[in-house]
Amino acid sequence: MHEYSIVQSLIELCEKNAEKYHAVRIDKVIIKIGVLGGVEPYLVKTAFNAFKEKTICNDAELIINMQPLIIECNECDSISESKEPYCKCQKCGSTNAEIIDGKDMYLMKLEME
Amino acid sequence: MCKDCGCSITETEEHNHHHRHEHLHDNPQLNDTKTIEIITKILDKNDHQADHNRAHFNENNVLAVNLMSSPGSGKTAMLESMADAADFKFGVIEGDLETDNDAKRIQSKGVPAFQIQTGFACHLDAFMVSRGISDMPLDKMDVCFIENVGNLVCPASYDVGAHLNFVLVSVPEGEDKIEKYPVMFSKADLVLITKTDLLPYFDYDIKRVKDEARRIKPNIDTLELSVKDPAAIKNVIDWINFKRKLRS
Ligand SMILES: Nc1nc2c(ncn2[C@@H]2O[C@H](COP(=O)(O)OP(=O)(O)OP(=O)(O)O)[C@@H](O)[C@H]2O)c(=O)[nH]1
Ligand SMILES: [Mg+2]
Ligand SMILES: [Zn+2]
Ligand SMILES: [Zn+2]
Ligand SMILES: [Zn+2]
Repeated sequence: MHEYSIVQSLIELCEKNAEKYHAVRIDKVIIKIGVLGGVEPYLVKTAFNAFKEKTICNDAELIINMQPLIIECNECDSISESKEPYCKCQKCGSTNAEIIDGKDMYLMKLEME
Repeated sequence: MCKDCGCSITETEEHNHHHRHEHLHDNPQLNDTKTIEIITKILDKNDHQADHNRAHFNENNVLAVNLMSSPGSGKTAMLESMADAADFKFGVIEGDLETDNDAKRIQSKGVPAFQIQTGFACHLDAFMVSRGISDMPLDKMDVCFIENVGNLVCPASYDVGAHLNFVLVSVPEGEDKIEKYPVMFSKADLVLITKTDLLPYFDYDIKRVKDEARRIKPNIDTLELSVKDPAAIKNVIDWINFKRKLRS
């Protein structure tokens, strides 16, 4: 259940940004989670609702956008989206490819007052 | 000088801070509400500390290896068998959180081992490892192993500041482990299929397991290991020495 640790880092990041932009409240937290990010979105949501109380995120809604795997092919130069967790070009089938998105977790946007 | 925390570590390739794009979009209707684009990794602080840890290892010319697997796949046993066979000096940062059994097993082989006290965490993070580093005589070793908490899920999300990740998967666990935990195996530089001396007792298709690992990460390395087979232990040592040469 490292989702709890991850949500703690997320709320810390929100607090840091709220201070920076002189916000008194955060209404919306928009995050992006890669399918290979290693967290379960449902657990992230549960953890967020448990931890947000009495923080700057007390009234905030968490929006999770799942990021599919994006593969950049070194053979045919195409960029494709993979449904499976495999590093394989969806156009030509080559495995001489790179995963360019879908592996990480990002805080994308904050709506604050 | 590090811009973010004022630390004395100079910015190198290993210590680059992620770009933060911050644009303010003023909302004309509600000028007291603002939407701000942040685009920062949620684990940014951890990753920053991980870069510091790596810098410490680099300053001491130590190769750091993060060992991950399910509980009982043979991480400590591999380190014990290496104590007698390795031609490099190593130390171990132990993330076995409830007991100090593993640290004691390693120490009884004459190898420095430090137990991280963290309570109930299901993974190591870069801050915990940094505490372990401060107790490690890095100047007296060539390789530092970080034995992560036995868990195929949580440790995969945390950069602890190692140079290389080993993921161990043992024959008795069954041949579907890589399919079930793709995130963990996508982080591996070397997959070690352990307890191969037990192959006669299990229906276990090693080729299938290796193929699956390469579907997830085409350039992954794999080795077979039984702690009862000195030649197999030597292969792991050779692999590590090869990587050490590439960093010296
Ligand atoms: N037959 C056989 N048994 C092994 C081998 N490697 C480890 N074992 C046994 O597997 C059990 C677990 O090994 P450990 O080295 O403690 O595993 P670990 O990954 O360190 O476990 P945790 O730290 O609890 O996650 C022990 O009883 C070992 O003796 C092997 O190559 N062959
Ligand atoms: Mg162990
Ligand atoms: Zn966990
Ligand atoms: Zn292609
Ligand atoms: Zn710094």
